[in-house]
Amino acid sequence: MRPFAYVSATDVAGAVRAISAEPGARFLGGGTNLVDLMREDIERPGTVIDITRLPLDGVEELPGGGVRIGALVRNSHLAAHPLIRARYPVLSQAILTGASAQLRNMATVGGNLMQRTRCVYFYDGAADCGRREPGAGCDAIGGFTRNHAILGASDRCIATHPSDMCVALAALDAEIEIESVRGTRRVPLTAFHRLPGDTPHLETVLAADELITAVELPASALAATSRYRKVRDRASYAFALVSVAAALETGEGVVTGVRLALGGVAARPWRAHEAERALLGAPATEESFLRAAEAELAPAVARSQNGFKIELARRTIVATLRQVLTEGGAA
Amino acid sequence: MAEVRMRVNGTARSLDLDPRVSLLDALREHLGLTGTKKGCDQGACGACTVLADGERVNSCLALAVQYSGREITTIEGISAGDRPHPLQTAFVGHDGFQCGYCTSGQICSAIGMLAEHRAGAPSAVTGHLAATGVPLSDAEIRERMSGNLCRCGAYNGIVGAIQEVAATEAAR
Repeated sequence: MRPFAYVSATDVAGAVRAISAEPGARFLGGGTNLVDLMREDIERPGTVIDITRLPLDGVEELPGGGVRIGALVRNSHLAAHPLIRARYPVLSQAILTGASAQLRNMATVGGNLMQRTRCVYFYDGAADCGRREPGAGCDAIGGFTRNHAILGASDRCIATHPSDMCVALAALDAEIEIESVRGTRRVPLTAFHRLPGDTPHLETVLAADELITAVELPASALAATSRYRKVRDRASYAFALVSVAAALETGEGVVTGVRLALGGVAARPWRAHEAERALLGAPATEESFLRAAEAELAPAVARSQNGFKIELARRTIVATLRQVLTEGGAA
Repeated sequence: MAEVRMRVNGTARSLDLDPRVSLLDALREHLGLTGTKKGCDQGACGACTVLADGERVNSCLALAVQYSGREITTIEGISAGDRPHPLQTAFVGHDGFQCGYCTSGQICSAIGMLAEHRAGAPSAVTGHLAATGVPLSDAEIRERMSGNLCRCGAYNGIVGAIQEVAATEAAR
């Protein structure tokens, strides 16, 4: 690992001042991704600003029934929190299917949002990777593509976003609160991660001097009837091939509310707007679920080894909606 | 260099460390506590698991400076004098290891896991998240311990050992 200067921030104002004075510095949360990437010589910050002592580790109920989650809440604490388990079970489930218990005890909510892809070509310094080196090509294209994207990819990058938590947050209309020396702004989770296009190295809309301070979940009656389903090569402790976050509300056999998002299929957590449009007002039946899945996956593109993901996503969407319909949410 | 003050197994320790030093290397190379093992050094195997303020973490991905002011417990700190921790005794009784390299991580992880379960934390195989008093079935133990790999494949013994200690605790 290259040498770096270590700074420990004690308040938010000090943290954003420190990073605005040090271009190329990185905020350090739980370290489960950044420390590994520094050891692999992929991240090379000259200064590391430790933010784990900032007072951003609370989970609070908001007036009106929403929830505010501090950016430094540990993943395990969020998944086990009674408010989240009862009102947003899809979020607890998504977090609990990610990583291991040790990593969830370390990893923060803000860090989870900032996770970088697990594409092996991104990790391999000898490979061409435009996500790692601006302007470079993509050795994944034409290489081993089994884990790669089927939606929203480009001819410059076909990586996927690894987070489970973010898939649930995308379905739940979460908003991210961001702080910098210029002030505070809010960004919807679904607009936070970028698709690769011609600039795969630009992964999020976060500027280099901005700090994520909180995630807010709006109140939602629908969210209590939600589930997360993850399909992977091992039963535990593996990244998703395909995952589905779903919330569903029906009345007299008709879909009256639905939230759907996919993981493992794109460079960002994929909110399934097309499927939601197809479902709203449709009969709550297997046929509707299948039509909705097909509408969402119509633009999917298969690479050499990941064509199975299109069928897998179709079936997992249908199976998850069916389970929410017949068994209710996971709460 | 950065000053790092931690309580390790109940004793106050002070170290002057390069900020690149992991908690794992601080324990092994600077404090001589070699019971904690380095396996993958990238958070994938769990051999380096220690307890930080009672919670299990991968010490290989933790920078030691971040843990200044914290209470760290390693495998060397879990026995009561000459009396082994119940999990140590149970691992021997159930053949919960072969080569033994993952064992200190397995046992520290199991201590953290049993505390999480006692506190009511759910897992990915817990059917209903609102349920309380979820029994610690073999499936629950396997899921909750999935961050600790054993390449000898002593999993049946590991699950058996943890099951025995959990049952003894529950009966108390």
